[in-house]
Amino acid sequence: MSEHLLEVKDLRVSAGERTLVDGFNLELGTGERVGLIGESGSGKSMTATALMGLLPEGVSAAGSIRLAGTDHDLVGARDSRMQRIRGNRMAMVFQEPLSALNPLMRVGPQVAEVMLKHRTVPNRRAAAAKAVEMLASVRLPDPAEAARAFPHQLSGGQRQRAMLAMALANDPALLLCDEPTAALDVTVQRQVLDLILESVSRRSTGLLFITHDLSVVASICDRVLVMNNGRVVEEGTTEQVLTRPAHAYTRGLLAASDLEATDSGGRLFTVASAAAYVPPKIVSPPRRGTTTGTTTATRAARPTLPDASARTDHPAPATPAEQPDRGRGAGAVEPLISVRDLVRTYRRGRTSLFGAPAEVQALRGISFEVAAGQRFGVVGESGSGKSTLLRILAGLDQPTSGSVKVAGNEVAGARENELRQLRRELQIVFQDPMGSLDPRMRVRDIITEPLLLPGESARTARHAERAAEMLRAVDLPPEALDRFPHQFSGGQRQRISIARALIGEPRILVADEPVSALDVSVRAQVLNLLSDLVDRYNLTLVFVSHDLGVVRHLCDNVVVMNQGLIVESGPTEQIYEDPQHGYTRTLVASSMSLRSEMAGRAMDSREEVTSQGEGQ
Amino acid sequence: MGIRLLINAARFAVTFMVATVAVFIFMRAVPGDPAQIALGVNATPELLAETRAEFGTDRPLPVQYFDWTLGLFRGDFGTSYVTRRDITPLILDRVQVSLILVGLAMAAALLIAVPLGTLMAVNHRRISGILLSGLSQAGVAVPGFLAAILLVVVFAVGLGWFPANGWTPPGEDFGDFLRRVFLPVLALASVQGAILTRYARSAVLEIMSEDYLRTARAKGLGRTEALVKHGLRNAAIPVLTVTGVQLAALIIGAVVIERVFVIPGLGSLLLDAVGNRDLLTVQSVVMVLVAITLTINLLVDVLYTVLDPRIRKKA
Amino acid sequence: MSDPTPAAFTGAAPVPAGRPGRGKPSPTLLIGAALVAVVVAAALLSFFWTPYDPVRASPGDRLLGSSAEHLMGTDRYGRDVFSGILYGARITLLVGLISVGIALLIGTPLGILAGMRGGAAEEISMRAADILMAFPALLVAIMFGAVFGAGTTTAMVAIGIGSIPGFARVARSGTLQVMSTEYVLSARASSQSALRIARRHVLPNIAGVLVVQCSVTFALAVLAEAALSFLGLGTPPPVPSWGRMLQESQQFLGTFPALAVWPGAAIALAVLGFNLLGDGLRDRFDPKLNGEAGR
Repeated sequence: MSEHLLEVKDLRVSAGERTLVDGFNLELGTGERVGLIGESGSGKSMTATALMGLLPEGVSAAGSIRLAGTDHDLVGARDSRMQRIRGNRMAMVFQEPLSALNPLMRVGPQVAEVMLKHRTVPNRRAAAAKAVEMLASVRLPDPAEAARAFPHQLSGGQRQRAMLAMALANDPALLLCDEPTAALDVTVQRQVLDLILESVSRRSTGLLFITHDLSVVASICDRVLVMNNGRVVEEGTTEQVLTRPAHAYTRGLLAASDLEATDSGGRLFTVASAAAYVPPKIVSPPRRGTTTGTTTATRAARPTLPDASARTDHPAPATPAEQPDRGRGAGAVEPLISVRDLVRTYRRGRTSLFGAPAEVQALRGISFEVAAGQRFGVVGESGSGKSTLLRILAGLDQPTSGSVKVAGNEVAGARENELRQLRRELQIVFQDPMGSLDPRMRVRDIITEPLLLPGESARTARHAERAAEMLRAVDLPPEALDRFPHQFSGGQRQRISIARALIGEPRILVADEPVSALDVSVRAQVLNLLSDLVDRYNLTLVFVSHDLGVVRHLCDNVVVMNQGLIVESGPTEQIYEDPQHGYTRTLVASSMSLRSEMAGRAMDSREEVTSQGEGQ
Repeated sequence: MGIRLLINAARFAVTFMVATVAVFIFMRAVPGDPAQIALGVNATPELLAETRAEFGTDRPLPVQYFDWTLGLFRGDFGTSYVTRRDITPLILDRVQVSLILVGLAMAAALLIAVPLGTLMAVNHRRISGILLSGLSQAGVAVPGFLAAILLVVVFAVGLGWFPANGWTPPGEDFGDFLRRVFLPVLALASVQGAILTRYARSAVLEIMSEDYLRTARAKGLGRTEALVKHGLRNAAIPVLTVTGVQLAALIIGAVVIERVFVIPGLGSLLLDAVGNRDLLTVQSVVMVLVAITLTINLLVDVLYTVLDPRIRKKA
Repeated sequence: MSDPTPAAFTGAAPVPAGRPGRGKPSPTLLIGAALVAVVVAAALLSFFWTPYDPVRASPGDRLLGSSAEHLMGTDRYGRDVFSGILYGARITLLVGLISVGIALLIGTPLGILAGMRGGAAEEISMRAADILMAFPALLVAIMFGAVFGAGTTTAMVAIGIGSIPGFARVARSGTLQVMSTEYVLSARASSQSALRIARRHVLPNIAGVLVVQCSVTFALAVLAEAALSFLGLGTPPPVPSWGRMLQESQQFLGTFPALAVWPGAAIALAVLGFNLLGDGLRDRFDPKLNGEAGR
């Protein structure tokens, strides 16, 4: 390829004194797919925004950006010129599909608008027809219906498909994607990624894919740039970077992302211990036969998944035979948690004045047991009922029917003072590291809150001692006690949450997606800490997550939830290796691990005749 | 949508009924016998009893309440104890005046506020935006009657362009109506306009940081184009809320302007009635005001439903 | 036991997500605070010293212009306007404080209750707020005036009652947001009582929006008091109040407009001060919680 589609030279983005991106260079060929990897604050999104010329007020770019087919530099170009390029030669898909669509405008007109704006269609009627066509091409189940819908009437995955239809409407030469699947469920993520890959391959669109997720990059990109603190620290073909990382940061990131690799102590690698990490070797998997064709064909060979929102078949409940086994040496001991036929129905607001209010069945009769000392995983996507289950376990919500016993305490029908005992035995670590700590309280008061008895005043000497002790246990310096939550990073805040959960010496720790909001490099640290503490304090762990990889590393038993039912349960490895239920199979096939994606690549690259890697 | 409307209509009815009870009890808590007040201290007991019978105030309170409320629904407010005149035609007359005055003022205020607020938001970092913002802050701080007084001083007393006060119904002499209505509407609109401008500004500012405006820009729309096509309708929702609240408050708030310009509106009627201790008239005017306020709330809610598809689904 | 290096010292520590406006106060805030300070200073000063007795008429000095003896001139009874303005600040602040106090003390608990309990409690208290909303402060004041007679107390109570719904709504929407957070969930999972959650979590977190609401309501109260005095339903003569001074000036508009300027400017500056203070404070507190402030 002689002419590059996109040539970025020495791009520098700064906000006043602060430099957000420095010395960014990129050459992207026609149809090439480049991944831009970085953690939060690395400057990766700023780079994409600068390419589009949509930097927020007060942020400016310098350097040079040239796009094939335009005769001027995009940096410093007048907005009227940029307007002709945006949505036409170059398009972008954003992270959050709900807020990125105008809530008051039907989807069809929003797609049509971009064509009318650039006059790629003769008139409104043609635009409307083409919009439906575009919606069909991103495989929305009923494109005509979708065109008439408002964004809130579509599911997350459908909205992101509509965004993609909008971005591809004028057949751009370059597509920028900024974490387009980060807000989506696992099964939907895989579908949207496949769709993006297929769409750009078919049209030979250049793709710049921004993400924090290495396995996503491994699955769709030819080349990778790794960004840290506003600079590109490493660049190369995906194989090169992900198997023979040269820079320490990349190595650390890779080590921390790889949930299938552990050090000699059986713990996950972290940035600190990355030196001992051995990146995945590319061994072509024997189970896939000799498929012919392009990348797309290989992708298509995966089990095809119905759109999550379009699923109508209800999964069958788990049969009693599938009940989880008793865990390690539980024997005849009474289980610590025992759930029988748990049903929880919510009433939605009235939609009809006379009929009964609509009911939402969050849990539709689930049963399981957790033995003392077990590490128990609960896996499910949004809407699976896992959050409801967790609230009931903590006595924060009441079952509609069925029985829930936690450490000998029945939740159903229990009064507030009866639940007190239960909550001494069970504590929760929540998902959002910012929202789970009161911003107006000092860490000291946050951590000791579970110790507060009715009528007792805060800050007794006993509390102070315990707080300091817990802070040591979660590896935070003692001076942290007098600080406020906003003075800590996400990982540190999650440590504070863990300290608060454990200060009252519970026997059961429930963790609700505790690492899903964290950067990869921090994730491994928090998971290791959690694992250490579970051993140290002899805790029973209930770990709720959408991420199979995390659960697989941490838990010995797992239940898979879907639409309020447990569809499958058993030892983690067994579920993983030999999923029985259709939904579990879909979930396992959809979830992406670094190693499986790399293995997939090995296949693909061997099959591809032309080498697309340009190197440097 | 229909359900939502029905529920709101039901709320309207309940709120109105509770308000009638509250107003009735409150007004009857006043020490003093309407008959005694009407006749003065020297009335003979016989005459008092006769007058009480005439007013109906000798009956038990619940009976009086039901009589009054039934009258409200029939549009019959009764006869004033003080002026001995029928209240209904008086109120109808005054309501018209108030609605015309406030309606015109609010329309003018919106005409000022929406473009100005948008302009301020778009230029919020530039000098022009900051200056306009300061000006609107000052406008909010000026009491309506002060604005009215200043307008009279300048345009009526000083320049003599408009009459200083008075009212002509539009049906009688439209030209004179316009000349007389101009200053009071301007006085009301300038203050209300300043208030609405600030809300419009913050609504547009908020919209400007929304993701979907960035999407629109990424499609190739210009800054203004994106704002007009995708932003303004979204910004209209919070502005509508405030307009409703302000409109309701203005029906009575206009009373000070009515005083300055000697306009026979509902507020003036209320004040005169208070001055005369004409409690039945006060009671009636208050209920009319409450009904107008509730109606405005209901209309605002209907408009929401039209503007925002997300509400249509929810009950 | 865990990682050799605590998280604090590895990786790129993100910029502390500082709460907005913890740095230098904005010009809006400073100007607002300064104007409010001037009003407060004038009111305090009037307790110890005014150039003349603001109430005593002096028929020989009627309608004088500004001079060294009478900074702002005199009114139609020969009373010193500057003394009246100083004394009027006291009435203005008194009315503002009491009415805001009433609204804060009644509206806030109602709003918190509605936000925390939900269900019937929420429905009832919000309907009550709706009914009150149908009675703007001015209307309540006029009704009170009709029944109890005009006076400063009537005005204060009426404006206070009229301002309750605003506080109830702001407190409720703030409470709803706080109650949906995971830290409240966590407190509930530690068996903390509702009262304690209200005290430890809800109140501190909605304090900011309440302060803003106080400031905004104060400005509205100053305006309402002036309007009531203007209509003859506020502070009765001879006690000087800004609104009545303005009303009394009306008949001299053609001949002696300066009489309207001073009280008018006093009202406008006081209102401006409280509004700017409210705006400045709003920018300083959590932007997420200011949804319905200012209603």
